[in-house]
Parts: sequence; structure tokens; C-alpha cells
Amino acid sequence: MEGFFAWFQWLYDETGINLTYFYDSFDRARMIGGFFTTIWLSLVCLFFSSIIGIVGAWLQGSRLVWTRRIVQGYIQFFRNTPPLVQMYFFFFALGNLLPRVKSEFGFMEPMLGNFTWAAISLSFFAGAFNVEIFRSGIEAVPESTREAAESLGYNRLQSYLYVVLPLAFRVCLPALNNNLVNLVKTTTLAYAIAVPELLYVSNQIWSDSVNVPEMMTTLLILYVALVGLLVWAMHRWERAIRVPGYGT
Amino acid sequence: MTDTQTWTADQPIVRITDVHKSFGAVEVLKGVSLDVMKGDVICIIGPSGSGKSTLLRCINALVPINKGSIRVEGQEVHDPKLNKLELRKKVGMVFQQYNLFPHKTALQNVMMAPVTVLKQNKTEVEARAYALLKKVRLEGKEPSYPGELSGGQQQRVAIARSLAMNPDVMLFDEVTAALDPETVKEVLVTIRELAEEGMTCLLVTHEMGFARELADHMYFTDRGVIVEHGPPEDFFANPKDPRTKEFLGQIL
Repeated sequence: MEGFFAWFQWLYDETGINLTYFYDSFDRARMIGGFFTTIWLSLVCLFFSSIIGIVGAWLQGSRLVWTRRIVQGYIQFFRNTPPLVQMYFFFFALGNLLPRVKSEFGFMEPMLGNFTWAAISLSFFAGAFNVEIFRSGIEAVPESTREAAESLGYNRLQSYLYVVLPLAFRVCLPALNNNLVNLVKTTTLAYAIAVPELLYVSNQIWSDSVNVPEMMTTLLILYVALVGLLVWAMHRWERAIRVPGYGT
Repeated sequence: MTDTQTWTADQPIVRITDVHKSFGAVEVLKGVSLDVMKGDVICIIGPSGSGKSTLLRCINALVPINKGSIRVEGQEVHDPKLNKLELRKKVGMVFQQYNLFPHKTALQNVMMAPVTVLKQNKTEVEARAYALLKKVRLEGKEPSYPGELSGGQQQRVAIARSLAMNPDVMLFDEVTAALDPETVKEVLVTIRELAEEGMTCLLVTHEMGFARELADHMYFTDRGVIVEHGPPEDFFANPKDPRTKEFLGQIL
């Protein structure tokens, strides 16, 4: 391992290509930390935005007009405003309204940290799109299929969970894929509120070592790999739940 | 006043009294009344748009009615306080387009409602589902998805799926209308067996030969009213109403 790291030191000395995160243990720790922060933030947002999508699409089918209006208002708000502005709004406006608590070092600090706010704002942002995506899938499920479930005694929730949603999923997975890919890429916005994710730590590294082109290239390669992995996993899932004679 | 009277088997199992139903400005049922005794097979025929399917759908409360009363085993179906599940346990329905759950295998389609809705024991339901699929002659098709089955096979799965809820009354809404002529027979055989076992059946159908042979009572509806009804021998041999004559003349 040491030889592997030393080779990058040699590479730098010989060619000037400076990949500090290979031979410098401090940068390496920063980079690994950034990588896992990005992955963790992505996973949290993927999970919660999907939940928001599923619940929102269910509420959109509500018989109560105000429930539907509130969901519609939520979608409009988050779809029609830039995600960076949303994140600032959550972090600086809402974050400051919350009561302050004493940190482990004895300072007073906001109740929710920047990572939490990034997760919340990105989940709501992607969730708004997910509601619409799931709705399109739900509308593709024939009314007659729902009626069959109803005639077998399913209540509205059971019919949604066991019949409508599994079918809707199969219809809307390609659109869902797109939105989740966008979500992973949008996690870089958390840079703006100093969440130490990949872009943020890369910036720190290039500020110290002035190796901007190297770090930029690294970032691009890492995101290609990350998103590639997500797309691969989603396609596998798509194939796994494909049903003979349905949706193809 | 609309509460349950105690129902006994000598009273009609389905009692429809002066039912009116409108979709917007269009009145599709204009005061329909009919009684069905336990074990009876009732066939309802009539031109399209005469309200026959709507009538069936009113019986298991898939659509609400505007006026009148429908009782199943003495229980008012359109009582807002009614637990719908109690009704759906009693009344099974089979649709023209089968409406199977396409993401589930034949076996799972039959098992799903008893397991998820009635919370019955999964192993017991599974044994029953195998038996039901065997009964509708689909042994070996248990792991097939609806998309892999023919129309007739799908419709028989749909019948088995309804039977899995142990209903007392079965509604068949033009169940052979979407089928190839050669597969119609296999579905009709299944229904005949059910009827012979004493299942109460209400069929909306265009299969006149089948109706004549199997029905205890025929009903002819046109434009939202029952024009004529009677035992099949009379009904087919000497229809009285000119509209019935005309309809039967076109179809037979």
C-alpha cells in the first residue's frame, strides 16, 4: 500500500500531476470522508424523497379537496423555485427560527445542523417531482383493476399498497430513475451550506494544494461512477420486478 | 329503519326494490325490482346500455344508488354505516375484462384477498387456492402470470379468486364477452359446475343457449327497466313484450 501511495508522490515529482489524496494521509481522510458524506446524503434523500413521493401521490387521490390542494401547493412551491434558494431558505431562514441548544463544547448552536438541513431540503425538492412521477404511474393503473380489488374487500389503503403501487412502480421506474440520478448530482448543492461532501472537500484540497484541474477531473470521474452504480442498480431492480405480459 | 332484519334462507338472498340510478343527467336504472332466492341462477339479458351491468355493480356497492333498496341476506347494501368488507365477503364478482392483478401469479391472485384482507392463515389459504385452481381446471398453471395465460384461463383464475373469499352470491358481468369463441366454453363449464353445486349466481350474459339451459329465471332489461321476466322455457318460447321479441329475434 505504501508503495502505491509513494508512486503518486513520484508521479507528482515527475509530471506535476498532483493527486494529494493518494499520498497525503490528511487529504486522503478528507476525500474519503467527503465520499461517504455524499453517499450518505444521497441515500437519505433517495429514501425520504421516495417516501414523500409515495405518500404525496396517495394524498393526491384523497377525497378531501384541501388535502389535494395542499399537496398541489407543495409541488408548485418546490418545483418552481431553485433548489439552491430552497436550501438557503431552509438553512438560513427556517434554521434560525428553531430554538438553539448547547453543543458538546458548551456553545449555543442551531438545533439542526447543515447536513440535516441539506437532507431535508433536497428530499422535499426531489420528493415534489416524485409525487408527480408516482401519480403518472398510478394513473396508468386501470380503474377496473382497482375495482376488482374493491370487490374483493380491499379498502383504499390496501388497494393502494398491494395493487396500485406495485403496478405504478413498474410504469414509472424509468422516470423515477431520471429524478433520482438528478438528486444524486444535486447533493453537490450542499456545498453552499458547508456540508463536507465531495465537492466541498475537493475545494478544500485544491485551496491548499492548488491542484484544481486534478481535483475537478477526480470529481467528474467519481460522479460518473456513483451515478453509474445507481443506474445499474435501478436497472437490475427494473428487470427483477418485470412481469411477463405487463408493461412491455 | 334500514337495519338488518334477521334473515333466513327462505327469504330472498338478494332483494332489489325500486332501484334508481343516474349518471349525471342520464338515468340508467328507472325503478328495478327483483328477488333472488338462495341457490337460484338468474340471467339478465338486454341490449347494451340497458343498465344490466350497472345493476350488478350496485349489488356489491361498486356504484352507489340514488333511490330504492338492495338487500343481501337482509342487510341493506347502501346503508352508509355498512361495513363494506362484510358485504364483499358475501358477494363475489367476476368482470368482463378479468381484471386480474398482473404482477401476481395465478396462485397469488387467488391467495391475496384472503391473506391481506381477511388475514387468514397463509398455509391454509394456499392449500385452498391450489384446490380452487384445480376446480377451475388450471392445475399446473399456479406459477403463471396473467400475461402468460389465455383469456379463458385468466377468467377462470378470476372466478377462483372470487371463490377464495367464500361468497354466498356470485355476480358475473358479461364474463365471456371478451373471450375467443373456443375458450367461452371452458368458462361456461366452470360456471355451470358452480351453479350445480348450489351457488347463487346472477349473470349478465349474451350466451342465450347457456342462459336457457342453466337459468332458473330470465330477466330482460331495456332502457333501465325490467321489461319482462319468467322461467326460461316460457321466456324464450313465447316472449310477450314486443321489445323482448325483437331482441330475441335479433340474437337467436
